[in-house]
Amino acid sequence: MISDPNVVDLLYLVSIVCFVLALRFLSSPKHARKGNWLGGAGMIVAIATTLLLEGIGNWLLIVVGAAIGSAVGIVGARRVKMTAMPQMVALFNGVGGGAAALVALAEWHRTASPGGSETVSIVLSALIGSISFAGSLVAFAKLQELVSGRPIVFPGQNVVDAVVLVAAAVFGIAAIDGANGHWVLYGLIAFALLFGVMFVLPIGGADMPVVISLLNAFTGVAASATGFVLHSTVLIVAGMLVGASGTLLTLLMAKAMNRSIANVVFGAFGQVQRGPGAGRADDGRTVRATTAQDVAVQLSFARKVIVVPGYGMAVAQAQHDVRQLADVLEGRGVDVKYAIHPVAGRMPGHMNVLLAEANVPYTQLFEMDEINPEFPQTDVALVIGANDVTNPAARSDPGSPIYGMPILDVDKAASIVVLKRSMRPGFAGIDNELYLDPKTTMLFGDAKDSVLKLISAVKAL
Amino acid sequence: MSLPLVIELTILVLAAFLGFEVISKVPTMLHTPLMSGTNFIHGIVVVGAILVLGQADDTFTKVVGFVAIVLASANVVGGWFVTDRMLEMFKRRPEPRKEEKQ
Repeated sequence: MISDPNVVDLLYLVSIVCFVLALRFLSSPKHARKGNWLGGAGMIVAIATTLLLEGIGNWLLIVVGAAIGSAVGIVGARRVKMTAMPQMVALFNGVGGGAAALVALAEWHRTASPGGSETVSIVLSALIGSISFAGSLVAFAKLQELVSGRPIVFPGQNVVDAVVLVAAAVFGIAAIDGANGHWVLYGLIAFALLFGVMFVLPIGGADMPVVISLLNAFTGVAASATGFVLHSTVLIVAGMLVGASGTLLTLLMAKAMNRSIANVVFGAFGQVQRGPGAGRADDGRTVRATTAQDVAVQLSFARKVIVVPGYGMAVAQAQHDVRQLADVLEGRGVDVKYAIHPVAGRMPGHMNVLLAEANVPYTQLFEMDEINPEFPQTDVALVIGANDVTNPAARSDPGSPIYGMPILDVDKAASIVVLKRSMRPGFAGIDNELYLDPKTTMLFGDAKDSVLKLISAVKAL
Repeated sequence: MSLPLVIELTILVLAAFLGFEVISKVPTMLHTPLMSGTNFIHGIVVVGAILVLGQADDTFTKVVGFVAIVLASANVVGGWFVTDRMLEMFKRRPEPRKEEKQ
């Protein structure tokens, strides 16, 4: 037992310092891993200190609860495929928000309307925590494709949303005004949960990483609010660190996609029917399917090839084979580069992660701004499972939901080969005009199979 | 033992500025691991759950506190391992770079 309050506060200070340094290291590619370890150390110090506080009992319940939660966390985090990482982040973010709301509920019950700043903190913690919980679960369901990744909208949505939020606010104000009893907080939490669902449903799948980041910041703020309820400095500081850095990160992510937060959150509102989908196949243009042999010839006799990887490569786990194909081509004197769109895949940096895993030389990876001027001099753009990030509609069709998003100018290459499983639209749920371009040929099939076929076909030449 | 509200608010505001500053130079490729890392850090709410359950003496608080502990520890442990797995992918990154230069 630690009985000296100064020792307790000093230990909490140690964990705060760990968290700050963890964030700093996590923002640098060299030290990122160290940052996570440091954060872990800070967490262990904070938890151990809290367990050893005077007056902490119910040990068995604490241990059993922590064991269940940890088991779920470990199994979930280790078993899941790399491609499913974004939804795991959403899930773990959601449960954090749920925990903050429950802590608020328990304190409301214990103190029976404490009044003043503590009530305000309880209300904020319950409200924001619940929104984050429900919103994150919807984001999880969308990414896991349990519900449609497309924006789900209906007429009068903004009105319904406003009513739900006002209802939650009414319960919150009632609590602050001195209303007593469990029903106040139940009402608040119920409407906050509903709002969380309504908030994320109309947002399209492609914007999910930004939304998860935003909800992540929400949970940080909710945790910080519980710090005011329980008068815990470490909760206030660590929660707010996440609240602030999460907000900035959300803005940075949105900027990388050339979207404003308002555009992401309210983009789908009031447009129940999308504008006439430009570039549909109705005008007689058709896609041209091709064979691995033809593509192999095209690639082998090209001077310059740019590989554009996307989610399809991630799903098929084809990154090692893609690298091998590039090696074989380079052996034949072809200049091979990789074009990395910042949001290719389902999370920013997804392609960097996968290609780093396959040991693709860093010098061959090019960010969008560096590589775009090179497409006009490129013989073949090899698109492997990328879709929305190559869609010219983002440049040309103001009616398109992705209009304004910076894309890779794949269509400016002399010829384009697209490796794709089927003609299914990408995550944004829209058709890709690129596939109808007369310069484009499609090689249908699983990315890994197609790349393996290409490797043997190139070798056989 | 609790600090005056004004002091708590001061700490909150300073932490907010610090949170903004400390990650302001993050490169795009680290956005997702950093999001996951901050996701882990707000698992600190587990401290709140321990405080609630540790001092609970009636069934309602025990049940609510117990669920809170389960959720918060899933956040902490899951958040940490997801981040670690993401960063593991970057681990080998500098090595091929060096080989290239040699």
